[in-house]
Amino acid sequence: MDGFPVLELKGISKSFHGVMANSGVDFKLKKGEIHALLGENGAGKSTLMNMICGLLQPDRGEIFIQGNRRKIQNPKIAIQLGVGMIHQHFMIVPGFTSLENIILGSEPVTRMAIDFRKARKQIAALSDQYGFSIDPDAVTEDLPVGIQQRVEIFKALYRKVGILILDEPTAVLTPQETEDLFRVMRRLARKSVSIIFITHKLREVMQIADSITVMQRGAIKGVLSPGETDEQSLARMMIGREINMISNDRSAGAGRTVFEASGLSVNSSRGFEAVSDVSFCVREGEIVGIAGIQGNGQMELSEAIAGLREIASGNIILSGKVMPALHPRKMMENGLAHIPEDRLKYGLVLPFSIAENQILCTYYRNPFARFMWRNRKAMLNNSRELMDRFDIRAGGPEESVKTLSGGNQQKVIISREFSRNSIFLLANQPTRGLDVGSIEYVHRQMLTLRDKGAGILLISSELDEILSLADSILVIYRGRLISMAGKEGADRASLGLMMTRGLEREK
Amino acid sequence: MILLLRSFLVPAGSVLLAFLTGGILLFLSGSHPVEAYIALFQGAFGDLSSISRTLEKATPLIMNGLAIAFALKAGLFNIGAQGQFLFGAFAAAVAGFYVQAIPSVFHIPLAIFAGMTAGGIYGLVQGALKAFSGAHEVITGIMCNYIAINMTDYLVNHPFRDRSPGNIVARTPQILDTSRFPDVAGIPLGFIAAIIAAILVWWIVRYAVFGFEIRVVGSGINAARYSGVRIRSVLMGTMLISGALAGLGGAVETQGVVHRFQPGFNTGLGFEGITIALLGRVHPLGIIPAAILIGAMKAGAGMMQFSAGVENEIIDVIQALILFFVTADVILQKMLPGIKWAEGERLSLSTGWGGNS
Ligand SMILES: Nc1ncnc2c1ncn2[C@@H]1O[C@H](COP(=O)(O)OP(=O)(O)OP(=O)(O)O)[C@@H](O)[C@H]1O
Ligand SMILES: [Mg+2]
Repeated sequence: MDGFPVLELKGISKSFHGVMANSGVDFKLKKGEIHALLGENGAGKSTLMNMICGLLQPDRGEIFIQGNRRKIQNPKIAIQLGVGMIHQHFMIVPGFTSLENIILGSEPVTRMAIDFRKARKQIAALSDQYGFSIDPDAVTEDLPVGIQQRVEIFKALYRKVGILILDEPTAVLTPQETEDLFRVMRRLARKSVSIIFITHKLREVMQIADSITVMQRGAIKGVLSPGETDEQSLARMMIGREINMISNDRSAGAGRTVFEASGLSVNSSRGFEAVSDVSFCVREGEIVGIAGIQGNGQMELSEAIAGLREIASGNIILSGKVMPALHPRKMMENGLAHIPEDRLKYGLVLPFSIAENQILCTYYRNPFARFMWRNRKAMLNNSRELMDRFDIRAGGPEESVKTLSGGNQQKVIISREFSRNSIFLLANQPTRGLDVGSIEYVHRQMLTLRDKGAGILLISSELDEILSLADSILVIYRGRLISMAGKEGADRASLGLMMTRGLEREK
Repeated sequence: MILLLRSFLVPAGSVLLAFLTGGILLFLSGSHPVEAYIALFQGAFGDLSSISRTLEKATPLIMNGLAIAFALKAGLFNIGAQGQFLFGAFAAAVAGFYVQAIPSVFHIPLAIFAGMTAGGIYGLVQGALKAFSGAHEVITGIMCNYIAINMTDYLVNHPFRDRSPGNIVARTPQILDTSRFPDVAGIPLGFIAAIIAAILVWWIVRYAVFGFEIRVVGSGINAARYSGVRIRSVLMGTMLISGALAGLGGAVETQGVVHRFQPGFNTGLGFEGITIALLGRVHPLGIIPAAILIGAMKAGAGMMQFSAGVENEIIDVIQALILFFVTADVILQKMLPGIKWAEGERLSLSTGWGGNS
């Protein structure tokens, strides 16, 4: 590390329709360092990165790469300058092998055709050079997310990047995959690749960053090194106030059972049994947490409960009634509220306004509809009230949710689902991708709902979330609920072990 | 307001570019572009009868544009509008000559109803195929177009052929006077019907519960599943209405212009609906000016040929150029970099091939 900035930003500003996303940002990236970029949802991190990799143009300000001023009009120029970005949603071509995905767009060619032999050699050489490998012949989309991400990194290396931007790479990874990614990142840094790493998880920042930049409302709040700070003060710096991690200290009032799954089995999309003979119940005023590493059947379980996936066998019982499968509306009318795992895919209609998204599940009912016609006035009134009550920060009810920050998008979903007077909430990864302030907010809302007497099923791969919120904890492992640990008996270590290995005697 | 203005930029720019390019072509082929365009304009708007003819030409275009745009709201590319249009035109013709001795006030709506029903049912078939088997509507639409062309060919050749002496053409008899459209204050009745249809469609998309469901399905199929929208019903209902609109276009063409069903007379009208829908930015009301523009070009083409000696086909070329520039709006955005383009200016026209129900 010779301290020479490979990338320097001076006075970068960018606004969207009058909304300041970045204002006067100065930023320096040193050669071979891992530089964490922190900030609340909507602080402007992605916007800033998109300007470095040519997807957006700054309104004002200058970008220097290796000391030279550059205009990065499009991603192609960024790649020529050695800048590569890995977005949260990977750009992988379905059906392509990893080899094909890696070389796509910069294929080595012989006179007439793509020179696969040469490509293969180049990739092998990269593997040697950086000390991690992939299977070039596997179809990328079938691989686990962590490996897909590695293919994306290979793709960047293949284009000889010197500056690698990772936008929330760990949000979708298991703890093990995160460890692997960090190992790869350290190797790259040692080979003088400079890395910008965006995350909301402060623990990761402390673990891997060489330096930390904190953004707030589009501007730089400060630059620090991990040695001179800790998680608490980073959080305070980001949010501008003290964060109290919410904890659930009230023991569960044993109410009636609101939800019950009995002998539930669910198949995955590929046909194998993803959830096997699962039984549990959720009572009024209780939060049941299901901990587990992503990919152990949580998605199938919650989709089946929400009426989005066929049930292979068993029953779903909501307030005493056996519910039909594949009938989301019936579930909702009987009191289900649902925060889906993938909010962009299921939870929101992106081109729609905030107001329209807030009536997504009730649009056909009074007061939003009379006979065949919608009542727009009722919709807008509803939206104004909810935006106020749930503190949604946006221009107004008619603003499209597409451009909201992740935290505000999640608030739109929460405002919709929590305002329906539901008796049972299914929350799957409700805080994924959210900043610490928003997480606190979501947790508080869930506790309030619980205290009003609703039953909550919280599915999460964040151990801390489960430990701080749940009244009782289950662990899901390979589609089975293997443990009924009471809250008392559960600690991080034993839960973590159960999540990764199941019950030893299972073997 | 500014947003509204901006959304006119792409269509207006495309039309302008298309005419400029067309002008160059005219010049290269040895004619005088300005003269030609003046003749075109006069042929389209020069006097009352040419205006009336422009509106007449615009009418089926509005209907077909609406059919395409309405289906696009649900994410469906109703390429089968052509076939629905044909069956609509045919059914209206049959109702027009077969049903006898009833007064105009009943006969006109009856024939319209026949056309809409025929088109609607044909659309519904394609909707049901999509809903229950996931068959892509573009594929089934193309197939259904062939079926429609050949079926109507057969029908006018045999069961419904005009058997009057001297007729050697495969076509139906003329429809009765009682089923023909009159002009209302110099404006063709069909055009008025088209305007009403456009407003109705706009109203449904914006204010009807069904319109909301259509838009949810079209903009976020997974969110539609999540919120319990009955996707199959929506797909079928959309295709029913879209088909009925195309069928209405056919009926209007039969009752207002051709006065019988004659194969080959109106091929292409269904496809032109695509141009109209895109030029009108898939907005039910935007379709009206788009259709009038293309209608004017068709109406004025004759005059242009007659007085400026320009081949008729140049009109088709310009029309194709308009479609080209509208869909390749990136070109425009590159050429006019100073303008801030409206959010969502880019249209997404591919609906993907995966089944989604
Ligand atoms: N294309 C756009 N049009 C309008 N506003 C936008 C657009 N992109 C981003 N914004 C706005 O700019 C601000 C910064 O957004 P950005 O995505 O950069 O935040 P972020 O720090 O990456 O947040 P998150 O942690 O949630 O990903 C937000 O207020 C957002 O609503
Ligand atoms: Mg971001």
